[in-house]
Amino acid sequence: MTLQPNPDTGRAAPIEANGRPLTPFQGVGAVIPNGQRKAGPRVRSVAEYPLNGDKRAPNLREALRRAGLRDGMTISSHHHLRDGDGVMLRVFDEAAALGARGLVWAPSAAFPCHAPLIERLRDGTLERIEGSLNGPLGEYASRGQMAGMAVLQSHGGRYRALQDGDLRPDIAIIAAPAADAFGNCSGTQGPSACGPLGFALGDAQYAEHVIVVTDHLLPFPCAPWAIQGSLVDQVVVVDSIGDPARIVSGTTQVTRSPDRLLIAEYAARFVREAGIVRDGFSFQAGAGGTSLAFTLALREHMRALGVKARFVRGGSTRYIVEMLELGMTDYILDGQSFDLEGVRSLRDNPRHLQTNPSITYNYHGKGNVAALVDCAVLGATEVDLDFNANVVTHSDGLLLHGIGGWQDALFAGCAILAVPSFRDRVPIIKDRVTTLCAPGEMIDVIVTERGIAVNPRRADLLEAVRASGLPLRTLASLKAEAEAICGGPPRPAALTDHPIGVVTWVDGTALDTVYQVAGG
Amino acid sequence: MTFEATAGHCGPEARSDCWVRVWRPEPGTAPEVTVRSKVASMYGPSIHAQLIETRTTLGADDLSIEIDDQGALPYTLMARLEAAVRRLRPETRASALSPPPAFAGAGLVRSAERGHGLRRSRLYLPGDAPKFFINAGLHRPDAVILDLEDAVAPAEKDAARILVRNALLSVDFCGAERMVRVNALPAGLADIAELAPHGVDVFVLPKVESADAVAAAHACIQQAYAASGLLVTIETAKGVLQAAEIAAAPGVVALNLGLEDYAADIGATRTRDGRESAWARGQVLNAARAAGVQPLASVYADIDDADGFLAWARGEQRMGFEGVACLHPRQVALAHRAFAPTPEEVALASRIVEAFEAGLAAGVGAIAVDGRMVDAPVAARARRALARNV
Repeated sequence: MTLQPNPDTGRAAPIEANGRPLTPFQGVGAVIPNGQRKAGPRVRSVAEYPLNGDKRAPNLREALRRAGLRDGMTISSHHHLRDGDGVMLRVFDEAAALGARGLVWAPSAAFPCHAPLIERLRDGTLERIEGSLNGPLGEYASRGQMAGMAVLQSHGGRYRALQDGDLRPDIAIIAAPAADAFGNCSGTQGPSACGPLGFALGDAQYAEHVIVVTDHLLPFPCAPWAIQGSLVDQVVVVDSIGDPARIVSGTTQVTRSPDRLLIAEYAARFVREAGIVRDGFSFQAGAGGTSLAFTLALREHMRALGVKARFVRGGSTRYIVEMLELGMTDYILDGQSFDLEGVRSLRDNPRHLQTNPSITYNYHGKGNVAALVDCAVLGATEVDLDFNANVVTHSDGLLLHGIGGWQDALFAGCAILAVPSFRDRVPIIKDRVTTLCAPGEMIDVIVTERGIAVNPRRADLLEAVRASGLPLRTLASLKAEAEAICGGPPRPAALTDHPIGVVTWVDGTALDTVYQVAGG
Repeated sequence: MTFEATAGHCGPEARSDCWVRVWRPEPGTAPEVTVRSKVASMYGPSIHAQLIETRTTLGADDLSIEIDDQGALPYTLMARLEAAVRRLRPETRASALSPPPAFAGAGLVRSAERGHGLRRSRLYLPGDAPKFFINAGLHRPDAVILDLEDAVAPAEKDAARILVRNALLSVDFCGAERMVRVNALPAGLADIAELAPHGVDVFVLPKVESADAVAAAHACIQQAYAASGLLVTIETAKGVLQAAEIAAAPGVVALNLGLEDYAADIGATRTRDGRESAWARGQVLNAARAAGVQPLASVYADIDDADGFLAWARGEQRMGFEGVACLHPRQVALAHRAFAPTPEEVALASRIVEAFEAGLAAGVGAIAVDGRMVDAPVAARARRALARNV
């Protein structure tokens, strides 16, 4: 495996992954596709499909067989069912039963419920997983046990990879909470309702063969359709596509962690003092502990100022649904729903809009929504003194998280990382992040429980908050304080020089390498 | 004869803590040190070295050590090892080795500069849960209470005392007054004797029923050449009847009525408006004022009910109490808001302070603001009101 050092980032990135050449990262916005055409599946004819529009296959195994499942194929899927997904384990069980080997799974995200796929990696049904690795699967890869490279992409990066032909699924599996026999899909109906289905859009558009799997078959037309049946080859009806309790939570709870609440309050005060909270503004709301607490804190500041947002980018939860219903925002632009209130609102409220990674995040498009958002509060596993950040590996080197929409959302007007200065005894501010997932120029502010560091590149923000009374600090002083608490600087992660993954930037260039951890 | 002892907590719930086992190895085998740590890749060697150094200080080089670490900070690691060794060998003297300070920059604030005289908020920290210690000061309570009493299981009292001692030596509480709630006397005297040398600003005495008990605690503090004050909590009918004598006892700086135990003691059911304790609260408040010590209110149990807390704390403030206790850091800012002066009070206080200082500069002793006499005590009260302005 050849790695190419990059003097600008101080990193070395692979020049190819799984037989596909990679362009090195050359700076934000530096690589413009030059005359390249979009990829796409074969052109098909209505004459190839049942005239009555009934595309049902008797079962999943038969559908895979009809799809022409062969060794080495790439199977893609979306992650709207999150940790409640009951489809993908069955897909690979059926693939194994059909004798397929060396498959590639390309999910938009993996969850702990997918840990049993380690068995499929071991028995050779799966060769590797591309796109996103979390928890147990990530740890498996980190220990050098997975063949091939883990290609880590953001949500926008994945859509771009599909569009540009870097990722060419042979078969897309679209788990749908509701569908008709023609293949129209909805995420807001049925016992396993999950909200939007936007992450499946790229799969439906660019995979050679598209199989919809549903447990709630409706008579034609299944409306409103999040995925249109004209993109779908087959429909499979199963008893259940997953565990509703783990697909969305009944009701989202705000963290009680004093430290997270403090960080969230600092972040909310920062955006207020910076003048971002004004009529018609917009923000990105996550469902993570600190993000959610930020949304609530921000809500109080909006009330105090008498200010209303034009739109909130979700992850929808009951809290932003309340804001919509109270008139505190005109719209929710929703990529995924995290609780039942989010699902209900998306289904019933015309101002609760469903989005997809094409319009929100795709960097190889004619603009995207992420860049129109005024502020976004995100997390990170590590940051360094130059505001570079890591979101995929922990300080012990283990690959435990996917990139998600993190890189894409950094294009917001004010990108804030809300992180503790240390977790238990793990300092978060490092001399050098274990894995580079975004260059420091993308990160405007780092908010910790001990103070707020503003990127010196953002002189405008610094000027705006200078007299605010907020605890403004340098990253160096925050780092020194956290290290004093933790008993000195931590030793760097013990890594081998064996690459197990590549972090790609939103434009598809190779940003950094993920290495196998030492000591098995 | 016991051959092994353990201390601390392990498992995923035990964040920032560790579990330690010490034992005497078989005769003829060398003592071993086994470290399993969530942060081994970052701090493994330093944890190992610290355990060995602490073991030497405890005179226990002959003991084997096993540790399960969930990211405990150095002062916690040392406290857990010391607790295990002292459980195995009760004759072991308290560790002479101070934990390294867990702070940078300004560092520990000296006693005289702590607390700025206000006790609007005093934040409870369970004495056996180190994960809450390190960031407690960031929420800017006027005081923290490291609690050795109700928050600590009976079997963990010894270990909590060692942990709290190390926290006093090591943790920066950002200028908050450092309070320790000891166990009910006479057991609490041992807590005072061990902790008084370590910069405790105020000892909180629970379940006090007589001035004699307060005098015993005060004597114990003096024996340690310490100057800690006493916040006395009255929690029984008998104690309420003795409130005046208790408030006047030596060392007392503040008085408080513990509502939960008091209600149980008089056979009452607690109500939202607290009518069952109205008389007792009045008694305690009056006794405190008569003795010239601070009357402090109790706690509001529902940590998720911010509006309820604020309304309750404002009620206590109007009644004459000068502060409340907080069970969660999010109550601290609310408490400060409850005890903040109104805008009218702030405006008046500013005019009073301004006029008084102008008068001083001009050599005039007494002046008038809005037709009312302003002398030194009135000006002092105005200054206190401005300090409470948040």
